[in-house]
Amino acid sequence: MSDIQTGDRYDLAVVGAGPAGMSAAITARARGLNVVLLDEQEAVGGQIYRNITRANPRALDVLGPDYASGARIADAFHISGTVHLTGASVWQVGRDGTINYLRGGKVSSLHATQVVLASGAMERPFPIPGWTLPGVLGAGAAQILLKSADLAPSEPVILAGCGPLLYLLGWQYLRAGVPIKAVIDTTDTTDYVRAAGHLIEALAAWPMLKKGLKLMSALKKGKVPFYRGATNLAVQGTDAATGLRFTVGGKDMHVDSKVILLHQGVVPNTQFTWSLRAKHSWNDVQLCWTPDVDAWGRLEGLPNIYVAGDGLGIGGALAAAVQGQLAGLEVAAVAGKIDAGARDSAAAPLRAELAKQLRIRPFLDVLYRPKDANRVPADAVTVCRCEEVTAGDIRGYVALGCSGPNQTKSFGRCGMGPCQGRLCGLTVTEVIAQARGVSPSEVGYYRIRPPIKPVTLGELANEA
Amino acid sequence: MVSQTPDLSKREADVIVIGGGLHGMSSAFHLARRGKRVIVLEADYCGRHASGVNAGGVRTLGRDLAEIPLSLASRDIWHELGELLGDDADFTPSGQLLVAENEKDIVTINKRVALLESHGFTHEKIIDGKTAHELVPTISPHVCGGIWVKDDGHALPYRAVTAFRLAAQRMGVAVHETTPAQRLDWRDGRWHVTTPRGTFSAEHVVNNAGAWAGEFAAQVGDPVPLEIGGLMLMITYRLPAFVKPVLGAAGRPLSFKQFANGTVLIGGGLRCPVDVIGRHGEVDFIRLASSAQTVTDLFPHLRELPVNRAWAGVEAFMPDNIPVIGPSLSSPNIVHAFGFSAHGFELGPIVGRIVSELVCDGTTAHPIAPFSAGRFRPVTATEAGAAVPVPFSIPTGVPR
Repeated sequence: MSDIQTGDRYDLAVVGAGPAGMSAAITARARGLNVVLLDEQEAVGGQIYRNITRANPRALDVLGPDYASGARIADAFHISGTVHLTGASVWQVGRDGTINYLRGGKVSSLHATQVVLASGAMERPFPIPGWTLPGVLGAGAAQILLKSADLAPSEPVILAGCGPLLYLLGWQYLRAGVPIKAVIDTTDTTDYVRAAGHLIEALAAWPMLKKGLKLMSALKKGKVPFYRGATNLAVQGTDAATGLRFTVGGKDMHVDSKVILLHQGVVPNTQFTWSLRAKHSWNDVQLCWTPDVDAWGRLEGLPNIYVAGDGLGIGGALAAAVQGQLAGLEVAAVAGKIDAGARDSAAAPLRAELAKQLRIRPFLDVLYRPKDANRVPADAVTVCRCEEVTAGDIRGYVALGCSGPNQTKSFGRCGMGPCQGRLCGLTVTEVIAQARGVSPSEVGYYRIRPPIKPVTLGELANEA
Repeated sequence: MVSQTPDLSKREADVIVIGGGLHGMSSAFHLARRGKRVIVLEADYCGRHASGVNAGGVRTLGRDLAEIPLSLASRDIWHELGELLGDDADFTPSGQLLVAENEKDIVTINKRVALLESHGFTHEKIIDGKTAHELVPTISPHVCGGIWVKDDGHALPYRAVTAFRLAAQRMGVAVHETTPAQRLDWRDGRWHVTTPRGTFSAEHVVNNAGAWAGEFAAQVGDPVPLEIGGLMLMITYRLPAFVKPVLGAAGRPLSFKQFANGTVLIGGGLRCPVDVIGRHGEVDFIRLASSAQTVTDLFPHLRELPVNRAWAGVEAFMPDNIPVIGPSLSSPNIVHAFGFSAHGFELGPIVGRIVSELVCDGTTAHPIAPFSAGRFRPVTATEAGAAVPVPFSIPTGVPR
């Protein structure tokens, strides 16, 4: 789209073109703000609606009606008049609203009076023995391949873990004709019992529950072997995955496969908010960090920066869109484009909608709470795959006086590799918390340093 | 196993060291070797700021004249650190090379080495372009000479802090992290140090508080013009080994080294603003971009190398770029050692020993007169006639 010069100024910059980011931009544009949206992909959609504007009818059919509904937001976004910087990799957001990004091999920056971060969620690490072997992939990553490149494994796959995305991918693979060796579910009877306590409120979100049941029954009808209450998961293989070992009902089992898709839910992507030194709290239900924000998503202590969507805590695409609109309204009010009355009357139905969308979360969060053994691994399991640090190494650092994730870097380079802790951060926090016998909130998280995305020396040098 | 939770009931010692950085841990180690009971009070965690986040240069190259004797003595300890502590902090005697990129740089380095030689220092050697390319075959052809110090090198900063810490703890030193010293009171012949975790007391206090040392110096009557600033560094992804020595440049800011794991560290005295309350340096990418330019000029094949992260430690800068080392001029039983202004890592081993001598013996044989806290006091007419050390301007691009 338009060619941006370094130093351009906007009323609002939005980072991320998923439902939250697009909705924030649409809402602010509708109130007359000058808005720019930066996103890494060549087309809008984020992860949930990845490639939505380019999907062919077959893909839309395979991926299902929830995916197809993303096209409505994308259409509204395209006519909103937002400046859309595609293929823009944002590598630093400053507390003053400076945004450094890389686009087409060129480093540029812009400045915005207000910023909405809508960088969504990422897959929770699933550190079990063998999880770093070639052939093991996150189910979310596999789904992205399906959405963006219409790519699916040619080998029969194993889906292991828990959570809605795992079953959704299974359902989508069935429709795409991808053979599924087995679904190995870590959810057990006690999870169903605990979740039953939240069933009444979840029933209010009956359409969503019904969808979930539909996915499960489709997998059953597809005659996919389905194991419930699986424990002791371990990927087998030396140079590459050859299968998955697990225990069900006291019986040791084994399923062969070269492709093993692991998944135990998604967690907020907090790289930007940590790098901004925003305050975060440990969410004991979703077992993740969430930034501290007000009712509009404004970061505590950073009045010009907001978070919308799954970055606030996992709520799903529909909730994310509403959170984007709420942030957009407040941004417009701060910019003086609407008064507090107009803001509040527009926000009231949105808040009701948000409450409705989030009603199913306590049920899902309890039912699909990842097992301790699949989050806090045994000593021999690799935690930081970039620097090859095991859980046992980390426990050893704790014995030497290491009290938090930042010191694990110094003790053993844990979290200092190319992923900068994105893959191991939560595991490191939980392993230390367990070893010290304190809560994760006391242990804290990595200090996240820019660049959030890789920038080469040559690209940076061009800026000089 | 070293105890990680010191006994809070033991609040008395012979010496309280304020600051758990390299200098604090080195002081504690050397004091414990002299038989002193030592408590270390650290506001955050040990090695959190300058000591843990610096470039790890073990460098005598490019030092201020006043610092050269100390840096040479300290380098001897670095070469024996493994025997001293049981851990060599990954000290690598790779040599350090200050490259000249043009005729102007050649003039600068020749003047520098001539001055050193006139003072009897011969550790810095002028080399020609051919030798520079033999030392670093991958460097750009335009490099035409340099200063070479073969016994310098680099180490891992946090490993060094931890090595001193663990050695000190084995000798009984109690390290209290997240225990910021707040106030110092001299009462009944002892210092009483207030912290949020209660008061600690000792006959002696050592001020190794880095960026925060100015507050304590002022409290005991030795105000100094310490300036708190950030110092930026960036590190790259791994790549195959291509450079052994630590590099600096005579004509522009640079500090550059490749670690054994393949990552490349780039810095060189690049200052940035800090949030003092948040205890955090704010990385300024525009300045880092000029470092990237220097690096890709010297090594064009690094243009495609991704930067992994950039950070800035919070450090104490003195206006004359040399530290404060010595006893308080106004209060009893206080020793200061701070203000290392981005060149303190190499000095850590010797300064800890000097501190222990000042505490235990009241004096040291090392020449520390230039580092007196008193040098910033207004000069009286009679004093003005006395010899004042001439500040020597070091090249801008000395490696760290």
